Amino acid sequence: MPSIIKAVKLGFDYVKYSEESETPEHVSAIRGIDLSVKRGDFIAILGHNGSGKSTLAKHINALLVPTSGTMWIDGIDTSKVEELWKVRQKAGMVFQNPDNQIIGTVVDEDVGFGPENLGVATEDIWSRVDDALSKVGMLGFRDRSPNKLSGGQKQRVAIAGVVAMHPDCIVLDEPTAMLDPNGRREVLEVIRDLNEKEGVTVLLITHYMEEVVFADHVYVMDQGELVMEGTPREIFSQVETLKKYKLTVPQVTELAYELKAAGVKLPDGVLTRQELVDALMPAADSGKVEA
Amino acid sequence: MLIELKNVCYTYGAGTVYEVSALDGIDLQIHEGEFIGVIGQTGSGKSTLIQLFNGLMKPTTGQVFFAGKDIWADGYDLRSLRTHVGLVFQYPENQLFESDVLKDVMFGPKNQGLTPGECEERAKEALRQSGIAEEFYSVSPFELSGGQKRRAAIAGVLAMDPEVLILDEPTAGLDPAGRDELLNLIKHLRDKRGITVILVSHSMEDVAQYATRLLVVHEGKIAFDSSPKQVFSHYRELEKMGLAAPQITYIMHDLRERGLRVDVTATTVSEAKRSILMALSEHRSLSTD
Repeated sequence: MPSIIKAVKLGFDYVKYSEESETPEHVSAIRGIDLSVKRGDFIAILGHNGSGKSTLAKHINALLVPTSGTMWIDGIDTSKVEELWKVRQKAGMVFQNPDNQIIGTVVDEDVGFGPENLGVATEDIWSRVDDALSKVGMLGFRDRSPNKLSGGQKQRVAIAGVVAMHPDCIVLDEPTAMLDPNGRREVLEVIRDLNEKEGVTVLLITHYMEEVVFADHVYVMDQGELVMEGTPREIFSQVETLKKYKLTVPQVTELAYELKAAGVKLPDGVLTRQELVDALMPAADSGKVEA
Repeated sequence: MLIELKNVCYTYGAGTVYEVSALDGIDLQIHEGEFIGVIGQTGSGKSTLIQLFNGLMKPTTGQVFFAGKDIWADGYDLRSLRTHVGLVFQYPENQLFESDVLKDVMFGPKNQGLTPGECEERAKEALRQSGIAEEFYSVSPFELSGGQKRRAAIAGVLAMDPEVLILDEPTAGLDPAGRDELLNLIKHLRDKRGITVILVSHSMEDVAQYATRLLVVHEGKIAFDSSPKQVFSHYRELEKMGLAAPQITYIMHDLRERGLRVDVTATTVSEAKRSILMALSEHRSLSTD
């Protein structure tokens, strides 16, 4: 099966003009990116501010087209102008600030905007809207005004707007950065559901390390290049390397790492509460509790 | 006492059909040198609350005092209050506007009526404290990285030499290193300059680590007002308010349930480490007896 997202030697340069110098400066935001994402995978991208994550993400739905190398979405070269709408239908994007993405005055109209632009027949639009809203758990809010919703709810409406376009993959660029703990939980549940139940390929960009524990594959970016890749466990076992890239590990992983350094016998790359508790408690005790 | 709220209510659209009560009967005292964390879910009233502190919003009923004076009394100088109580909004980098970093930071003191020399001195001091190197002073603020922009924006408020610094989610969207740098800067300002800090945050881990006192705002009321440890021990109630405890707190409760005698009030990695190591050695000596 071909990859849903594939990049070969992808690079993006932009030209910067300044008042002082006559000659414009060429800045490369990302370079030499090779990427191959299997359909149905949950991919996470980590990296410090300015490492090129968002630039890479914008290539996936052709908001940017590469200045070198190639990006294919489901086999379509994103730099082909005539394929633009096909690419955008296949790969949807959700951004950080929900307020910048919602345009409708009523929730269901907002969600219908995408399919309407694709030229979907009216009755089909409404069935898509119903379907998308129920998938994000917002069907009960269809007649509401989006600006009366909480951050997490707005973000779920934004996701529904993408889901209604029946994409193969969804790219989410820090979708939880502005949300409270509840909102973060709601949005993550929706993202995981779409991935697990609907088979939608997910590419999540985040600064919250706990959010990527469930990913199939994690990439780390630094200075426009992919510098690490692996399973969450492989990535989060490398605490010192991550610190070098201005990143960190989930609190539970950090605690396990610190305990291990202090001589406690623990495996590398502990990812969840349950794992840590199970590893810490001698087998005899856990037997006793369950009895 | 620095700031005091007496029976403050705030209603949006009072007297209209859209009337919504945002804050209801708030009594609150803030003392000099405190590092206060404010948590609460979206729409709980947090942002309304912090805008009352520097007189950006006027309570519908009740009184707000700064240094013992009613800020809404006739003749009170609200303009100068806003230099005493500095407010850093969400995404403050969106408010950068000048042609270079130094000029941008000088804008606040200039409005305070200081001489150009004094303004420059203040701005440079604020930039130094915010960790912006001198080579960036003449650079356009828009050329800075995300974390630097945010620090430059905070320097703009610091340059007014405030006694109280209020920050609304200052770390949203910053990478982990940027987050730690910024919070350490804020802590440093409080420790060295004695600035009172009020930090609104959605990160339970951050307030657990830095705040000396934690306010939980829920449905327009202050639901908890205590040390972070105390507040996070009510984690089940916090969950009902759309909040949570730091991940560490949950681990400690799990371990205790499984019979390891750890301190369940630990909220930071270093506290948890100490407590677990101690409990493990106790546990071992018990089982070998």
